[in-house]
Amino acid sequence: MSLVETSIQTSETPLGRDDLARMVARDIAPGSFVNLGIGQPTLVSNYLKPEQNITLHTENGMLGMGPVATGDQIDGDLINAGKIAVTELPGASYFHHADSFAIMRGGHLDICVLGAFQVSATGDLANWHTGAPDAIPAVGGAMDLATGAKDVFVMMTLLTREGASKIVEACTYPLTGLGCVTRVYTDKAVFLTGPDGVRVRETFGCTLEELQALVPVPLTAAPAVER
Amino acid sequence: MLNFVDTVGEAVAAVKDGSTVMIGGFGNAGQPFELIDALLESGATDLTVVNNNAGQGDQGLALLIKEGRVRKMICSFPRQSDSWHFDAKYKAGQIELELVPQGNLAERIRAAGAGIGGFFTPTGYGTMLAEGKETRIIDGRGQVFETPIHADVALIKALKADGVGNLIYRKTARNFGPIMAAAAKHTVVQVSEIVPTGSLDPENIVTPGIYVNSIVRIDSSGAAAAGTAEQVA
Repeated sequence: MSLVETSIQTSETPLGRDDLARMVARDIAPGSFVNLGIGQPTLVSNYLKPEQNITLHTENGMLGMGPVATGDQIDGDLINAGKIAVTELPGASYFHHADSFAIMRGGHLDICVLGAFQVSATGDLANWHTGAPDAIPAVGGAMDLATGAKDVFVMMTLLTREGASKIVEACTYPLTGLGCVTRVYTDKAVFLTGPDGVRVRETFGCTLEELQALVPVPLTAAPAVER
Repeated sequence: MLNFVDTVGEAVAAVKDGSTVMIGGFGNAGQPFELIDALLESGATDLTVVNNNAGQGDQGLALLIKEGRVRKMICSFPRQSDSWHFDAKYKAGQIELELVPQGNLAERIRAAGAGIGGFFTPTGYGTMLAEGKETRIIDGRGQVFETPIHADVALIKALKADGVGNLIYRKTARNFGPIMAAAAKHTVVQVSEIVPTGSLDPENIVTPGIYVNSIVRIDSSGAAAAGTAEQVA
């Protein structure tokens, strides 16, 4: 971490999944209403601190979701969107599915955190379908989440297993939503996406120049005020 | 007209060949397993089924699909690790799929119950699930026209009913119950308990009895429990 002040490289090494989850948790403003998508985003809940006073929403119909249930806490009527048994916190509320998605679509959620196959330079998201001819499509709440939350954070590895950047000029996988992603947290950098293109907030284990060599869209360092 | 019935067979008799049937539940929470079993037993076929998923494992909706009773699924998330019966029928071209984003599914069901002819929503705009649908720019956002989903029969699960059919649910098992109850011409509810009219706090009723047609009590062993009419008298 002993780097020159002008550098946006804040770590000597790429970040692991838990480090990234810790960073996302830290970046969520106190008092926020948040939906954490299935998979890697769920890890974020492990690092939310009680003093942040974050309320978690689960799209099957609950605000005030608590940690995963264990032992005697397991109740088949109390599950999250991933169909995992969870717990309720004081102040929790239940509502039907149309109300739950009205909470999203109506712009009442501050942040949702999602996984992704690809994010475009303008914040288009592809995360529900590979488009393979033999794949059975399943969308669930992905499009609603992408469209509804005030901020959409994506967590993913920057590169595919084959080494291709998942930040792309234009998504080649079927879209989930247009221009919806505001931040992308990856193992190698945090990107801010929007109509002005892709800005890099910080890098992990590489310089901006090294990062640019991996990503096929123009990158600029985000102004200090956005870091 | 509200009926308390003693058997699940009577409860699902309103489902005919060719019916559109809404089935409540998200995962196993709120899924009316006993009513689905009765529907399987009834032999009704050529069904259009509305559910969030397309059956899991070897129970409930998955068996209806396996037995070829379902002509079309309207759902948001058919593919799961244990949705093998749907997967097989879909790959064999033996079942039609209308894939709907989950919030659009919920709102289309709600719209049907509320007498809405359709609505514009930003969800799905610019994606393949909006192909062929009318779109508009409203308040600067692209929006897609979606139409209501009506049903002949809804099969749902609630925790308690009173003598006039008012319902309360339990935790996240509520999910699609209230909106499906309103969207179907005939709503069948399985409950764990039937309580005397007046014993549920009117401030806490989730589904008013006006939406409910048939109620059957399922005891904790999963059997339809007789004697319900006396309990509510």
